[in-house]
Amino acid sequence: MRPDLEVVSTLVPPGARVLDLGCGHGELLAYLAKTHDCTGTGVDTDPESLIAAIRRGVSVIDLDIDSQLDEFADGSYDIVVLSQTLQATRMPEQIMEQIRRIAGLGVVSVPNFAHWRNRVSLACTGRMPVSRALPHRWQDTPNIHLSSLSDLEQLFAEQSFTIKQRITLDPEGRAAKGIARGGRANLLAAGAAYLVASA
Amino acid sequence: MVLDSGSQLTHVEVAYETWGTLNDTATNAIFIPHALTGDSHASGTPESPGWWDTMVGPGKPVDTDRFFVICPNLLAGCRGTTGPLSVDPATGRPYGLDFPLISISDFVQLHRRLIRHLKINRLLACVGGSLGGMQALQWAVDAPEEMAHAVVVAASSRLSAQNIAFSAVARSAIMRDPAFNSGRYFEDESSEGPRTGLAVARMMAHITYLSEEAMQDKFGRRIQDAETPRLRFGVDFAVESYLEHQGSTFLDRFDPLSYIYLSRALDYYDVFADPHWSDRLQAAPTKTEFLVMSFDSDWRFSTDHSRRITRKLEQARQPVSFREIRASHGHDSFLLDVPDYLDTVKAFLDHAAEGVLDEA
Repeated sequence: MRPDLEVVSTLVPPGARVLDLGCGHGELLAYLAKTHDCTGTGVDTDPESLIAAIRRGVSVIDLDIDSQLDEFADGSYDIVVLSQTLQATRMPEQIMEQIRRIAGLGVVSVPNFAHWRNRVSLACTGRMPVSRALPHRWQDTPNIHLSSLSDLEQLFAEQSFTIKQRITLDPEGRAAKGIARGGRANLLAAGAAYLVASA
Repeated sequence: MVLDSGSQLTHVEVAYETWGTLNDTATNAIFIPHALTGDSHASGTPESPGWWDTMVGPGKPVDTDRFFVICPNLLAGCRGTTGPLSVDPATGRPYGLDFPLISISDFVQLHRRLIRHLKINRLLACVGGSLGGMQALQWAVDAPEEMAHAVVVAASSRLSAQNIAFSAVARSAIMRDPAFNSGRYFEDESSEGPRTGLAVARMMAHITYLSEEAMQDKFGRRIQDAETPRLRFGVDFAVESYLEHQGSTFLDRFDPLSYIYLSRALDYYDVFADPHWSDRLQAAPTKTEFLVMSFDSDWRFSTDHSRRITRKLEQARQPVSFREIRASHGHDSFLLDVPDYLDTVKAFLDHAAEGVLDEA
């Protein structure tokens, strides 16, 4: 399993009913079902991902996260997971509102655009950074709303979400707790996974 | 057999075919309920093709080398199972319009008896398209403990006004044909029955099974067997010739009374109207896993119909997967070789088979 998914899984309460937006091949939900006694549903639109998830026995629904989340009822899940997904949505603020409506609790993991490597890359080459955490060129990236960790935390605050837990990530997506000391996460972390709750 | 309506049928026969071998634990059975004009011959050979050879057969998603596959002709059908042309034991004459109205729950009731007869307690899966999918859904809702997996393709949980309108016109064509003779056309040996009405019903239904794009690609404005239009009322355009052919070949294999009974069962179907369906599914000791699929060019049962099924099941906290498949052929896509669709069913059934089959 992708290391960042393992980090995300530690933020999901055991036994929870999980809605995984942008679930890919369903690895996280399969893992949570097996180890955390969770149930739930994945959402994606990529045919190959959907078939892979179905073959794994994960329930997946083919719908557009930007426009069709109203298919899910109010309070119908315990937690909504967006792992490496929020930055690829058209209206992140509306997605956060959907988290509030559907579950009130969310896990959001994102790449950090203000990671020092990206800053150096942009400053020295004058080009949009391409790295392991951000592998796409600007013209074909699905990541249309990249942010820094500080930007994202401001968004959480503006939308009255409290951060229950934050795990900073290294460029491989593994937990890297040491680098967050002294408030330098926004410079030193390649990404982060947040457990957030609506007030 | 006591029907949904309270009416009774004292004697019911079922014609069915099976493929493959039932394993010792009777856990590898897959049931195929057919669509409006199908029969029990889901899978065949090059000499005698089945109506669902893309889905059912050796190495196909419903793999007859691995699964024991059952397909019966429907109640009120005309291919071996009791229907309006069968003899009513009370009168010694064929029922005609005295045959009771039947529902999709009645189909399911009879299917359930059939699997008990075959010593199967629980299906590994039920796989159906269109009316077949509606039976799979009804069965899962009526008796969730009898079905581990349900595949519901190009189906609906209840017909729209437009769907019912098409049904009504098809039935009108049949019943207003003078040769229909109040449903007793079979008593006059010199009568061929309401052939015109049935052909017209089939021609119209066929239009609804194809997308505009598929028809345009296949026929365009081409003239049949000529370079220039012949300027006449008879068949001239290729699409007319095609519909004519569809209508006339249908007459050899389908009965007008069966058509009106089966299409009426579709009209009244409303599976989620049962106030207890959700409780029943939630109380079931084992969960049925659902796969719901639609085709983007299907306007007979559009994606909205499948989304409603998915939403209802998901909100009842049932494990349900949904895919909308890109395919240009409209409603008929469920019968055709659409790799993305067939791969999805295969993936679902591969998962279903895990831990059940002894892969020797």
